[in-house]
Amino acid sequence: MRWIWIDKFLEFESGKRAVALKNVTLAEEHLHDHFPGFPVMPECLMIEAMAQTAGILVGQARNFQEKVILAKIKKAVFYHYVRPGDTITLHAQIESISPEAASTEGEIRRGHDLIARISLMFSHIDKNLSGKRFPEENFVFTDTFCSLLDGFVQQESSEGRS
Amino acid sequence: MAISREEIFKKVQDVLVDALGLDEEDVTEEATLMGDLGAESIDFLDIVFRLEKTFNIKVPREELFPAESVLNNPEFVSGGKLTAKGLAELKARMPHTDLTDFAKDPDVNKIADLFTVGAIVNFLDAKLNG
Repeated sequence: MRWIWIDKFLEFESGKRAVALKNVTLAEEHLHDHFPGFPVMPECLMIEAMAQTAGILVGQARNFQEKVILAKIKKAVFYHYVRPGDTITLHAQIESISPEAASTEGEIRRGHDLIARISLMFSHIDKNLSGKRFPEENFVFTDTFCSLLDGFVQQESSEGRS
Repeated sequence: MAISREEIFKKVQDVLVDALGLDEEDVTEEATLMGDLGAESIDFLDIVFRLEKTFNIKVPREELFPAESVLNNPEFVSGGKLTAKGLAELKARMPHTDLTDFAKDPDVNKIADLFTVGAIVNFLDAKLNG
């Protein structure tokens, strides 16, 4: 399954901040059901798009050696609908990062309009949930995700990527 | 600059209200983080990050919430209770928490009750003013 809710990165400052872009289109089937005659991008998918933007930022900060999992939505406030034909930008920045986890702040904008504020927590799962074992390979950062960064970040090695 | 215990409590209260989505009156000194306030493991990391930012200090998670590493050591746990060695270790790692009652029946399930709001305030008080 290709569960990717950002189209490309516009800016990427390693370990600090990133800006991604998504074009919303009626070709996305779920918009026809959400809602019939009134298509709007579901808020949960905006959170997912922010989690992908911020999650890649957090993962890259540790050179994709950690399995970065969304652990907590600290805040998600929405101010406007997002409709087909809209281009939204997702602005994420790392607030704190430690060996076990990271927290990020983010905004979704459409042009100059503020659409949402979303703050997230990510867990580096190998360092948490003590005792549980996870697969060796990094199942979070697949090549599909990492290819979004082509041209922005020099990949030092492909280790840790599946 | 010294900061009073009361000021520390007020700031800790704000942090917990934001981190756990609570009302201010829920966050009393005696409230336990997991039992009374519903904190889960990821919330502890969130709280640590927020305390670091609020007080502008480094808060090592294992110092503030040291029970995890004690519980994971088989030397310290036997039959669902802390061994004498485990209890001594926990005492050494939680100097800011009163373990007198817990020591009478050191059931591992009760360890969660030791993490009170007051224990965080004590920890920060010692760190900032100690």
